[in-house]
Amino acid sequence: MIFTVDNIASMLLGGMAAGMVLFIVSVGLSVTMGLMGFANLAHGAFAMLGGYIVVLVMRHWGVGFALALAISFVLTAAISMVFERLLYSRLYKAGELDQVLFTIGLCFVFIASLTVFVGPENQPLTLPDALRGQLDLGLLQYRTYSIFLIVVGVAIAIGLWFGFERTRFGAQIRAAVDNRRMAESLGINIDRLFAVTFGFGSGMAALGGGLGAEFLGLDPQYALKYLVFFLIVVSVGGLGSIAGVFWASLIIGVLDFVLKKYLPQGGTLFIYALAILLLLWRPQGLFGKPA
Amino acid sequence: MLKRILAASAALAVSTALAGAQEVKVGVVLPYTGIGAEFAQLIDRGMEMYLKLNADKVKPYQIKLIKRDAKNPGGNDARVATQELLTQEKVDVLAGWVYSPNAIASAPVVNAGKKFAVIMNAGTAHITQMSGYYARTSFSMWHAGYAMGEAAAKQLKAKTAVVGYTDFPPGKDSLNAFKRAFEASGGKVIDEIPMGGAGAVPDFTPFFQRAKDKKPDVFFVFVPAGDHAAAVTRTYGALGMRQAGIRLIGPGDITQDTKLQAMGDAAIGLITMHHYHADLPNAENKRFVAEWKKAYGANAVPDFMAVGGYDGMALIMHVAHQLKGKIDGDAAIKAAGTFKFNSPRGPISIDPDTRDIVMNEYLSEVVKGPDGRLMQKVIGQIDNVKDACKAQKIAPCK
Repeated sequence: MIFTVDNIASMLLGGMAAGMVLFIVSVGLSVTMGLMGFANLAHGAFAMLGGYIVVLVMRHWGVGFALALAISFVLTAAISMVFERLLYSRLYKAGELDQVLFTIGLCFVFIASLTVFVGPENQPLTLPDALRGQLDLGLLQYRTYSIFLIVVGVAIAIGLWFGFERTRFGAQIRAAVDNRRMAESLGINIDRLFAVTFGFGSGMAALGGGLGAEFLGLDPQYALKYLVFFLIVVSVGGLGSIAGVFWASLIIGVLDFVLKKYLPQGGTLFIYALAILLLLWRPQGLFGKPA
Repeated sequence: MLKRILAASAALAVSTALAGAQEVKVGVVLPYTGIGAEFAQLIDRGMEMYLKLNADKVKPYQIKLIKRDAKNPGGNDARVATQELLTQEKVDVLAGWVYSPNAIASAPVVNAGKKFAVIMNAGTAHITQMSGYYARTSFSMWHAGYAMGEAAAKQLKAKTAVVGYTDFPPGKDSLNAFKRAFEASGGKVIDEIPMGGAGAVPDFTPFFQRAKDKKPDVFFVFVPAGDHAAAVTRTYGALGMRQAGIRLIGPGDITQDTKLQAMGDAAIGLITMHHYHADLPNAENKRFVAEWKKAYGANAVPDFMAVGGYDGMALIMHVAHQLKGKIDGDAAIKAAGTFKFNSPRGPISIDPDTRDIVMNEYLSEVVKGPDGRLMQKVIGQIDNVKDACKAQKIAPCK
């Protein structure tokens, strides 16, 4: 009964789609926390901002979903770079507690601002017709948007891996993280590098906020509500590892889906229990280097 | 100039005299921040709307609303807020409570404070029995849940049902109410799925996938109104459950008026049992909705929470008049039992035995209106429904 092709496929697809949302948002967090060594708890706030930009731009300017995502990526990246230059950069050498307090404070500023200027209610996202309904995959029919998310998620993962491992910019980032002083003395402009990396990470968060709104909703509490999930993914995957975040998202997404379906009485317990078990087994995360 | 100053100070003196003599202080406990912030706004506006539309009935009293933030469904902050209103603000009447856990946690404080307290939303059936000072102008989960269980078996001719519910007190209440009535009418509940908590909206896909696999005739869902409800309809549509022959039914929380338009065509055909929606055709409601749009914008729409606040304020004014402004807790509860009111939801009264509301329930279907907007069409009506949990003395409503 449980092991029909239909059943297994629908669980895998549903779980992977949920995992991809986690991946797209969390990969930016992994970049800022892992590569720059900054405990950025405002990452969820940037994802939320991105989601809001997508919804508002679609509603007021009438642009399509894809263009709205692009606008959101660029705007959020630009806004976050201003924050990085003005505020974050002052705290790079500060202790983790200072960084945590500062970024949590920033979350509250975002929450309050969106409540005042947009309103406390959930912002519905209208998907284009092509992404709604069911898609016939031959073997079974499945929710079109889930399949779209999986395709986009995998494409982003491959693109990011290529960018970090195979391009000059990626090499500069890795060099700066391994040995900042050496990288600086080789003529790499660290300030600029960090600003761009931070902007990129926040832009990814914005993409995740927009793409994930169908599942996660969008209201001013978003910034804190889902932060725990993003942090879990990053710590399970291992700081700074793109492959790690990818696999951690997939594992958590699929297992959470399957367990919720067959043991709904467990509620949201699973994702936490899973994280604890995985971290007991490998404290540095699946793909992290041992400290 | 001098004349104007004199006139102004005279007016001020008169108004302070008025305020001093006939002010009624109402302490309001609502989640002004957090996930329930928009519910707080709706109930707030419902109360304001009553004071505005019925200014002649409010005179000679002056209502002063003192608002405190209940923050979240956890209960603790609501209890502290209630306590502060009683001890520091010395309010005459308490009102509010969106979430059941908050009203449950506040009950001992309400009891100790001995002040009249009007519940404007929280719907778990037995809450009103936790304090003798509680009266309720919203609903009990059993009002809609029990009536829907009967209607599902008799009118919708369903034989099997799956119940999905948000795992907190009103969710379990709704499950029990529906199940008891549905099975008493010959149906069978073949699966019960707890679907996460009230604090955050989960991804409903795994739960709905499970329900779909069971192939029931109807899928009865209780989730809190608001974001949860919007996600339910979306997931139902996206998983193709309608095409699989499964009807989505529930209390009116899943078709909350403020969320209906955003649900899109996936909502068409949804069937709910509830005591209010903005499309009710009675004259009182038409006036209420028109005034609401005038005050809060053409796209604004009141919903059952707004009406809970509106009717709650009507009850408070009734009690104030009966007691000539001296609102003693015990006398107020007695006076509440004589409350009868023509509400936008139809005629309502307070049952003197249970202090809970007696009202009509409407079976409605979501259809596309002539103007292309989604609307709810009444397809059945049950008059003067009492809370079935208390009427039948089902535990914990002894």
